[in-house]
Amino acid sequence: MFRRHGLSVFAVVIAAFIALPVIVILSHLVQTDGALWQHLLETVLNDYLVNSFLLLLGVGVGVLLLGVPTAWLTSMCSFPGRRWLSWALLLPLAVPAYIIAYTYAGLLDFAGPVQTWIRDLTGLSYGDYWFFEIRSLGGAVVMMSLVLYPYVYLMARAAFLEQSVSSLEVGCSLGYSRWRAMWSLALPMARPAIIAGLSLALMETLADYGTVQYYGVSTFTTGIFRTFYGYGDTAAASQLAASLLAFVILLVLLERYSRRRARFHSQAESRARADLIPLKGSQATVAIAVCLTPLLLGFVIPAAQLLLWAVFEAQPLGWDFVRLAWNSFSLAFLAAIIAVILAIILAYAKRTKPIKPVRMVIAMAGFGYALPGTIIAIGVLIPLAWADHRLIELFDSLGWDSPGLLLSGSLVALLFAYAVRFLAVALASVQSGLEKIKPTLDHAGRSMGHGPLAILRQIHVPLMRSSILTAVLIVFVDVLKELPATLILRPFNFDTMAIRAYELASDERLVDAAPASIMIVLVGLIPVLMLHASIARRRPH
Amino acid sequence: MNKTLLSIVAVSLLWVTTAQANGIVNVYSARKEALIKPLLDEFSANTGVKVNLITGDADALLKRLQLEGNATPADVFITVDAGRLHRAKEAGVLKALSFPALEKSIPQALRDTEGYWFGLTLRARPIIYAKDRVTVDELSTYEALAEAQWHGRLCLRSSESVYNQSLVAATISALGPEATQTWMQGMVNNIAKAPSGGDTDQLKAVAAGVCDVTIANTYYLARLINSSKPADQAVASKLAVFWPNQMGEGAVGRGAHFNVSGAGLTQHGKHPEQAKALLEYLASARAQTWYADINNEYPVVEGVAISATLEGFGRYKMDPIALEILGQNNRQAVQLMDRAGWK
Repeated sequence: MFRRHGLSVFAVVIAAFIALPVIVILSHLVQTDGALWQHLLETVLNDYLVNSFLLLLGVGVGVLLLGVPTAWLTSMCSFPGRRWLSWALLLPLAVPAYIIAYTYAGLLDFAGPVQTWIRDLTGLSYGDYWFFEIRSLGGAVVMMSLVLYPYVYLMARAAFLEQSVSSLEVGCSLGYSRWRAMWSLALPMARPAIIAGLSLALMETLADYGTVQYYGVSTFTTGIFRTFYGYGDTAAASQLAASLLAFVILLVLLERYSRRRARFHSQAESRARADLIPLKGSQATVAIAVCLTPLLLGFVIPAAQLLLWAVFEAQPLGWDFVRLAWNSFSLAFLAAIIAVILAIILAYAKRTKPIKPVRMVIAMAGFGYALPGTIIAIGVLIPLAWADHRLIELFDSLGWDSPGLLLSGSLVALLFAYAVRFLAVALASVQSGLEKIKPTLDHAGRSMGHGPLAILRQIHVPLMRSSILTAVLIVFVDVLKELPATLILRPFNFDTMAIRAYELASDERLVDAAPASIMIVLVGLIPVLMLHASIARRRPH
Repeated sequence: MNKTLLSIVAVSLLWVTTAQANGIVNVYSARKEALIKPLLDEFSANTGVKVNLITGDADALLKRLQLEGNATPADVFITVDAGRLHRAKEAGVLKALSFPALEKSIPQALRDTEGYWFGLTLRARPIIYAKDRVTVDELSTYEALAEAQWHGRLCLRSSESVYNQSLVAATISALGPEATQTWMQGMVNNIAKAPSGGDTDQLKAVAAGVCDVTIANTYYLARLINSSKPADQAVASKLAVFWPNQMGEGAVGRGAHFNVSGAGLTQHGKHPEQAKALLEYLASARAQTWYADINNEYPVVEGVAISATLEGFGRYKMDPIALEILGQNNRQAVQLMDRAGWK
C-alpha cells in the first residue's frame, strides 16, 4: 500500500500541514457573530465589496495591458533595445507595493514637489486646477498594476518563448497573417500561463493592506484589519478573511472549469530558431514606448526618488543596515528553498497520481497567497502555540525544565508562515515547468526500471531547472518584501529591512524610510537579474 | 545550505532559551523602536539588565500574548494608547501591581485604578488651523467643527486611526452616542477630501490650502517645527494650535482630548523584578524629559520640564475623563464611525 502510494501519502501530509493555517482561518466561518455581521452589512460591507471588486478589475486589466504586449514584443519581435528591455521589464518586481505607493504620494499629492511647482508657477491655489488625485482607488490600481505586471510578463513571455515555432508557421501557411496568428494561435496557447500570472497578481492584490490603507481606499482587506484592530475582534476578522478566501476558491474553480481538460503540451521536439518579426520606423518607436512606460513608471522614477531622499534628506542607516540586510537575505533565501522543495514534492505527487484527494489538498495549500499576512500569522500562531503548550506539558511530566516557546517564539513560525503564504507562487512555476515535460518521458523512464525518485532526479529536475530557479527567485523577492507576518511572528531583537522601512513610514517619517526601502529594492534586484539570465538561456537568441 | 539552516534555527532557539536566564527583561512594544530603544539601552547600561524587544501593532502583539498564554516570554507590554492597554487588561494578559513609587508620581487619571497599567507620556489631540485663513474667534469646540461654516474646509484622518477612535470614545462619554454620531455626520459633510494618510498628511493638506482646519496630535506639528528641512518648516510656519473646549459649563468646557502611551506588566512574565525596575525607569524624570525632547510628548510626571516647542503651544485644560473609558467605548466608537460614514 505505502509502496504504491507512498509519495501521494507523503504529499497529502505535507500539503495538509501547509494548509493548516488556512483551515484554522476557514474554521471561524462556523461560529459567526451575527450582530457584527448585521452591523457591517448595514454600514460598510457594500463599500468594501464594491471597492475590492473595482480594485481587482482595475489591477486585472492593468497587469494584462502592461504584461502581455510587452511579453509579446520582447519575445516575438525585433526592435532596437529589445534585449535589455526584456530583462529591465522585470525590475518593478523588486519594488514593494506599499513603497511605490508612498513614493508616488510624496511626489504627486497636493503637498508634493510637482503640485507645489505648478502652484508656484501659475499662482493658482489648490482646487483651481485639475490634478490626478493619487490617493484614491484609481491611484491604488495604477500603483499595484505597476509592480504586479511582472508576474504576467514573466509567465506570458516564458510561454511565448516556448511555443513551438512550427505551430505558428502552420498558422501562417494556412494563410494567417502574423498578427492574426498571434490572436488566433499564440495568445490562446499562452492563455494558461497568462491566467496563472494574472491570478498571482490578483491574489496579491486581495492580500494587500499597506497600499489601500495609505491611499484611504476601504476594501475588504482594510475591513478585516478594522475588525481586528478597531473592534479588537480576531474571530470576526478571521470570518471576514474566510469569506474572502471562499470568494478566491470560487474564482479558481470557475477558471478551472472554463479551461476544463485543455492541455497544451508542446509537440515540437526541438525548437528551431524563431524568426522575430522585424519592426522598423514608427512601429519600432511604438514598441519601445510600450516597453519603456512600465519600466519608467514602475521602477526608474520611484527608485530615483527613493535614492534622492536616501542620499540628500534622510537620516543615514548606519552600520545597522548590514545586520538588517543579512536578516532579510538569509530569511528570504531559506524560505525560498523550503517553499520550492515543498512545491516540487507536491507538483510531482500530483503528476504521478492525479487523484482527487491529492489535488484538493494541494489546492488548499496554495490559497495562503490570497490571505493578508497578518491573518496568516494568526493562523500559524494558533496551531504552533497549541503544539508548544503540549511540548511544555510533556517536558513537565518528564520533570525537565520548560523548553519555552520552541515553535511559535522562534524563526520556525516565520518560515512556516512564509511557506504558507508563498507556496502558491512556487507551485505555479514548478507546475508549469512540469506540465511541459511530456508524460512519454516518464513512461520511458519507468520502462527502464527507474523509480519515481530516480525519474524526478534524472529526468525532471534537469529539464525543469529554469522553472525551479524562477520559483526560488520569485519567492525570494516576495519574502524580502513581506511585512505583516514578519512583524507579528519575528523573535526578539530581530529586524529586517522591510520592518525598518515600515517602522519609519508608519511613524510618518517617509523620507527617513527611504534608505531601508531602496535597500529592499537593491537586494531584490539581484534575484531579478538572475531570473533574467535563466530565462534568456531557455531559447537561443 | 543545511549548515545555514541549522545555525539559524539554533540561533533562534538560543534567543528563546536565553530569555529564561536571569538579568533580562522582555518587552513587547507598540511604541516604535526609534521612540523606545534609546531609553531601553540606557536602562541596560545603568542596571546591567539586558532588554529584549519586539515591536509591532498593539492588537497583533496582544493576540500573540494571548495565544502564548502562561508560556509567554514577554514581561512588559507597551502601547501608544490607553484603549489598547484597557483591552489587554480585559483579555487577562496584564498583572495588577501595587507600586507606591509610580502611584505617587503618576496622577490617578493617567493610570489604571487597579494598577494594571500606567501612563508614561501624554499625547494631546487639539485642533490645528491655517493661520492665514482662520481667525481664533471662529474656533471653539470639537463639536463646532460640524457646523456649516466649515463646509469643505475640514481635513480628517481615517477612522482607522486609533487616535481618532479614542477621540470619539471620549466624546461618547461626554455627549452620549446619538449626539456623537450627529457630530461626526456633520464633520463628514464638511470634509474637503476623502480621508487618507496620517496626521502629518493632514497638516500638510492644511498648509497647502486643501482645507483650513484639522485635528492632529501635537507632536507631529512639533516635529515639523523642529525639522531641519525647509519644506517642513514652511508647512509648520503656516499652522497654529487651538485648544478646544476650554470654556463653558459641562461637556462644552470639558477640555481638550488627550491620550497616553503606557505600559503594564504581563500576567505570566518570568522577570517581574526587572520589569518593575524598567517601568520605574520609564517613569523617571530622566526618561520623562527624553520623551519631551525627542518626540515632543508631554510628561505624565508633574514638575518635569516640557520642550520649548511644547511651551510654545501654550498650557491647556485636559478632558478629565478616566482613560480606561477610552478602552471601554472603543468598539462602540468604531461602530458609530461606520454609521456616520467616516471612512
